[in-house]
Amino acid sequence: MSVRTIMLGWEFPPFISGGLGTACYGLTKAMGRMGMEVTFLLPRMNPVRISGGNPETVFELESGLPNVRLRPVPSSLIPYGKYGPRSPARRLSATELESLCGGPAPYGPNIREEVHRYATRVLQIAESEQFDIIHAHDWMTFPAGIALAAHSGKPLVVQIHSTEFDRSGEHVNQYVYDIERHGMHAAAKVITVSNYTRNIVINRYGVPPEKIEVVYNGVEASGEVLSRQEAPVRKDLDRVVLFLGRITMQKGPEYFLQAAKRVLEKEKNVKFIMAGDGDKLYGTIEEAAWLGIGHRVFFTRFLRGADVHRVYQMADLYVMPSVSEPFGIAPLEALQHSVPVLISKTSGIAETFRNALKVDFWDIDEMANKIIAVLRHPPLQEALRVNGRREAVRFRWEDSAARVHEIYRRVLNVA
Amino acid sequence: MASVCFYFQVHQPYRLRHYTIFDQSTDYFDSFKNSQVCRKVADKCYLPTNRLMLELIRRHGGRFRIAYSITGVILEQFREYAPQVLESFQELARTGCVEFLAETYHHSLSYLFSPQEFVSQVEAHRHLMQELFGQTPRVFRNTELVYNNSLARTVEQMGGFDAILAEGADHILGYRSPNYVYRPPNTRKLKLLLKNYRLSDDIAFRFSNRGWSEWPLRAEKFGQWISAVNGNGYVVNLFVDYETFGEHQWEDTGIFEFLRHLPDEVLKHPDNDFKTPGEVADTYEAVDAVDVPHFVSWADIERDLSAWLGNPMQHNAIRELYNLESLIKASGDPEVLESWRKLQTSDHFYYMCTKWFADGDVHKYFNPYDSPYDSYINFMNVLDHLRSRCNRTVSAPADAVTATASMSR
Repeated sequence: MSVRTIMLGWEFPPFISGGLGTACYGLTKAMGRMGMEVTFLLPRMNPVRISGGNPETVFELESGLPNVRLRPVPSSLIPYGKYGPRSPARRLSATELESLCGGPAPYGPNIREEVHRYATRVLQIAESEQFDIIHAHDWMTFPAGIALAAHSGKPLVVQIHSTEFDRSGEHVNQYVYDIERHGMHAAAKVITVSNYTRNIVINRYGVPPEKIEVVYNGVEASGEVLSRQEAPVRKDLDRVVLFLGRITMQKGPEYFLQAAKRVLEKEKNVKFIMAGDGDKLYGTIEEAAWLGIGHRVFFTRFLRGADVHRVYQMADLYVMPSVSEPFGIAPLEALQHSVPVLISKTSGIAETFRNALKVDFWDIDEMANKIIAVLRHPPLQEALRVNGRREAVRFRWEDSAARVHEIYRRVLNVA
Repeated sequence: MASVCFYFQVHQPYRLRHYTIFDQSTDYFDSFKNSQVCRKVADKCYLPTNRLMLELIRRHGGRFRIAYSITGVILEQFREYAPQVLESFQELARTGCVEFLAETYHHSLSYLFSPQEFVSQVEAHRHLMQELFGQTPRVFRNTELVYNNSLARTVEQMGGFDAILAEGADHILGYRSPNYVYRPPNTRKLKLLLKNYRLSDDIAFRFSNRGWSEWPLRAEKFGQWISAVNGNGYVVNLFVDYETFGEHQWEDTGIFEFLRHLPDEVLKHPDNDFKTPGEVADTYEAVDAVDVPHFVSWADIERDLSAWLGNPMQHNAIRELYNLESLIKASGDPEVLESWRKLQTSDHFYYMCTKWFADGDVHKYFNPYDSPYDSYINFMNVLDHLRSRCNRTVSAPADAVTATASMSR
């Protein structure tokens, strides 16, 4: 039997700001290709527009996605809070900056209303849909998922791409935590993107272990990636170490900077590029200046499309110093671009990926030690590049989709 | 006649401690971990197995005979961490039924990179055997049974050796059986003893494998396999790691019981006996020359060098190490020289192997690293520091001369 799924997500290409959108897109596309019917309810798509780009219609988006229908839900929900990259770049006032420092992940003042409004609209739209199972991605859609399950009598599966503890450390937003917890307990199954996250769900949210399934993310096989030989970027004598991700507490930018300082004590010709936006951006720029390495650290802000390819082509090493990373697709993407990776041990990817260097995010000396080793020893860089790339392409969304299908069948008891 | 020729390899490396590019200490080795592993293996394997060997030798009144190859680096560790193990080997030596073989003191691959270093390590090991066990070895085995024609020639030229051991790999033997004595081409009297890898691996690897059709392997069955060689060969060379007993095969697999009953079962057949490698060389004539132009070893299914020299990291690390040779020797610093030699132990390069990393296999055993990349980084950091020490000592006298010269002016 073919399972019909109604999926509640909150970002989808071309509007992506991070791993969540990439993951929803990859998983949904693969499910569709496997013949599963998916109706994806997406906040705010009336009409879809890329700022400064060409208008794009729902129809065009769907054309690359067999068996998938996209339905817009008028809503202003924004993932990662209001300083996610979708918000226009602008300088923050001093008070705004201050209010962000050390606080919980910044969501707009009307977030509760928005989450509620989204749920109401999802119920209305779903009236006209036929489905067997509800699949909700991350907390903002959980109230909608719970309401829809109660209304329709269909089972709910929630998927955890990140928890409030990943995003905010110990300073959790109680409101968000409560919604997450409620969603996990109301669901028939909880899918996590790693054992790392599964343990958080068990220990912090009190969910019974047998209810939680791990489904690793995949990575889109991208045909357009240029090989390094044909890369148009001329490399100067400086070696480049890359940080690419949101510049937030979760991603550990300050550890990257401190390691950079240690590296520069031993190696002169190294540049550090930090690509991304986030509530810690300005603090990080200041920190680089304080450490006296401002002339060696470059901030690009959020990069898209060709710029992402270009920065990867410049890089000798990609570093992901995350404090807490539920999965970590970015290192796999770096490897697709043939850039070797150094990743935090507190990440989902570190538990299953072998051909990467791994480090505790707080162990600055060890991080610097490994960065220097990659820069100094070409055989190491080459081995990590070749073996890592070979391993990265094995993370396929088709396998994730097959696992999800398996979980659906168990929930629906049709095995 | 079917002679059972047992040789056991006894070795543990000096593992490196975690060493970053920022470290300045001249203490490169993890004495805590090394003492821990040494004592653990002593308790599980060396002590109980030595006790059993002694018992068997005494019970059979000289008919049960065995050989060991014990590296210099493990003997140093026994002295420091487990002296009772060394004493028990000495007690075995005194029975007169145990032969000690020669190898490189540091369990190194020096033959491939520095012939003069190789010769001095073999000499050092020969002296150590004389000093500790009162016998000068006359049979040579190279690290991990790495072997080819030219090694055999080098060993013969060194003098004092009657035989050399190697892997009885199919691709060097062809249709021939490992159960005869052979000779290397272009040597005058050196004999070549080849490992019977099927019967050796039955003990070393398959013994506890429940999926194996011969499981459970009992001494009686093994004894019959040995007896079946009569008429098809003279000798069954069983070359195994000593850690097989109690460590690779745990006590509860029955490995000690197997060993306890094996001599009885073998000696049941009147034509069978036990011989040490030297005795095999004395007793049997070589039937043919075996040509081995390329290196063979006893590692993995490939039986080649790829476990230590299979990827660019391993090549880079070992070349950098041997490139330091003249600098190290010119420094005249015995501590630097000793550290350099301990870095030559083949295990350091084995840890860098990426061949089976994806399956995370047998090679995890005793491996102190999470990944081959970590082991390479650590090794290169230590090497970098060692190099900086020789640069200091080598350039220091020159500076001193200049300083004196300018002062006298």
